[in-house]
Amino acid sequence: MEAATTPKPAATARRGEPLLEVTNLVKHFPIKSGILIDRQVGAVQAVDDVSLTVAEGETLGLVGESGCGKSTLARAILQLIKPTSGSVRFRGTELTDLGRRDLRELRREMQMIFQDPYASLNPRKRIGQIVGDPLKLHGIASGSELRQRVESILERVGLAAEHYNRFPHEFSGGQRQRIGVARALSLEPKMIIADEPVSALDVSIQAQIINLLQELQGEFGLTYVFVAHDLGVVRHVSDRIAVMYLGKIVEIGPADEVYENPIHPYTVSLLSAVPIPDPRLNAAREHVVLEGDVPSPANPPAACRFHTRCPRATEICSEVEPPLVDYGNGHWAACHHPVGRSARATA
Amino acid sequence: MSEPLLEVDDLRVSFATEDGSVQAVDGVSFEVKPGEVLAVVGESGCGKSVTAMTLMGLTRGSNATISGRATVGGVELIEASDEDLRDVRGEKLAMIFQDPMTSLNPVYRVGDQIAEQILAHRDVSKQEAADRAIELLDAVGIPAPADRARAYPHEFSGGMRQRAMIAMGLSLEPPMLIADEPTTALDVTIQAQILRLLKNLNAERGLAVMLITHDLGVVADIADRVLVMYAGRVVETGTLEQIFYDPQHPYTWGLLGSIMRLDRPRADRLAQIKGQPPSLLSPPEGCHFRPRCPHAFDRCTEIPPLEQRGGTHGHADRCWLSGEQKKTLRVLESGDIGLEMPAA
Repeated sequence: MEAATTPKPAATARRGEPLLEVTNLVKHFPIKSGILIDRQVGAVQAVDDVSLTVAEGETLGLVGESGCGKSTLARAILQLIKPTSGSVRFRGTELTDLGRRDLRELRREMQMIFQDPYASLNPRKRIGQIVGDPLKLHGIASGSELRQRVESILERVGLAAEHYNRFPHEFSGGQRQRIGVARALSLEPKMIIADEPVSALDVSIQAQIINLLQELQGEFGLTYVFVAHDLGVVRHVSDRIAVMYLGKIVEIGPADEVYENPIHPYTVSLLSAVPIPDPRLNAAREHVVLEGDVPSPANPPAACRFHTRCPRATEICSEVEPPLVDYGNGHWAACHHPVGRSARATA
Repeated sequence: MSEPLLEVDDLRVSFATEDGSVQAVDGVSFEVKPGEVLAVVGESGCGKSVTAMTLMGLTRGSNATISGRATVGGVELIEASDEDLRDVRGEKLAMIFQDPMTSLNPVYRVGDQIAEQILAHRDVSKQEAADRAIELLDAVGIPAPADRARAYPHEFSGGMRQRAMIAMGLSLEPPMLIADEPTTALDVTIQAQILRLLKNLNAERGLAVMLITHDLGVVADIADRVLVMYAGRVVETGTLEQIFYDPQHPYTWGLLGSIMRLDRPRADRLAQIKGQPPSLLSPPEGCHFRPRCPHAFDRCTEIPPLEQRGGTHGHADRCWLSGEQKKTLRVLESGDIGLEMPAA
């Protein structure tokens, strides 16, 4: 049905209106102090001035280390956390202004898959309810039609219709993640935000879930925002990749470009830190080991946030914040000392 | 050829549960030579952690049945009394765990926790032990070690906590360290730092390491030899080169084939292993991998022995297929090694 008319993701990546448009999005969590009167003494700058677009049918990978703001960004896009400022437009509609009722309507079209398949399913509900409730709440199906639809979704994600009356504890981690996928899919959304969907799973099960997500993308014309810390997984699924560091996007571009010709020194060191599962290649590779830890997002370094750990940093990096600069082919990076390119002065 | 430092022979561990007996480790044998890095790989529940914990005497309990032999530096571990084991721990064999937050005591200063072990085992003054703790923190790359020794674990980042755990493990200068998923909870840039530290300790002090991991990238980075475990058994063992470039067991093919690699452009589809690992309450008869193996045949209902079959010297596996069959079966259409694609 839909599969025949849905173009391949890569083909649609660069044309038409973006499905999702995030502009100057900021999310600061206040740090409060005081016993009787709350005083705000600071803010965790979880997401700071992030802009990006996602085209229909493509997969955008969001990578970065813990605390870089990738999950907060994903949740702020869906308005699960209210952004501090900035704009999120989904199919042309501004989400940050919408009330609960209007948001609920729109959530039919944007769903989420969570990291922990143990914590994200209600242990007291049967699988049929977990997957079917969204259909019921949105008044799409009820009664025997509902059951039929749920059963067919379960079968589509690799479970069986008999699983309808089971409880989550009866399933393994991989099967639970399939239930999470079925729940997200039940409303036939346009976009799915997947926050670390495979990081809690074993390697052989990861491959099963990734294959499933890719099949579903082709079949239903889905758009994915894929949040993960595993750079191998992200490379495998993404058309474009955004690299985050301490709340900022430091580099964004087509997946192959970012992996093969990274511009930002953080991307370079991130990629070189991942050991390649091939002893000969791994030994032949140059390893850049970053010193120190990621600074606290409550008190990020001034100007370029990476300058405290950056092997290429100079004076300017602690004085002037580098803007995201276009290096062609949709490949942008924010760095005063780009790797393998000449610095460009213009934004 | 040097004498092995750690020798494990036919180790079996089962736990009695309400639902029946769980055979977590089912006849595991291997050895580690001085200065060698042995990686133990496998998925959750394959018995890799239980094997390591049993060596340290951490699985002893009323519901556990342990049999087999294990010696480190000639000292028997399985039959040893709890008092004797206390002399082995830290002196001959030390262990670090996956989660460095829960393995440090949150209410004691980091330096004191390291000194405690030195005081318990060595005839030294408190001051000497404290100084030694600072030296150790310095040796594992913690900046300003004298200040950090007075800090509490919550003041440390994840990477620093793991360094502190390694410092504690090294405090009695054991010849061998068991590291159970030491980098799994850490970010990749921090993982790289910890792996570099372990490599340096191995190269400079000749520290033997038994590294338990599920990440084949980590294995490729650090190991000399590899043990692949599945459902309580060793299914393949060999050198790093043998396991990665001439793998003999279909499960190993599947593991190698299902990794998403960042050094390659994306493939259309991953070669996945179908199904899921068996329950150890009622594992399948014969080869435990049989229900998931596309190449299984009638003989697989018998348990294959762990022996050299298709591989070269020192390379053993538990699979009935002949070496010739394996050479063709393990190659995917793409030319890579993996298990055959399931029908879509």
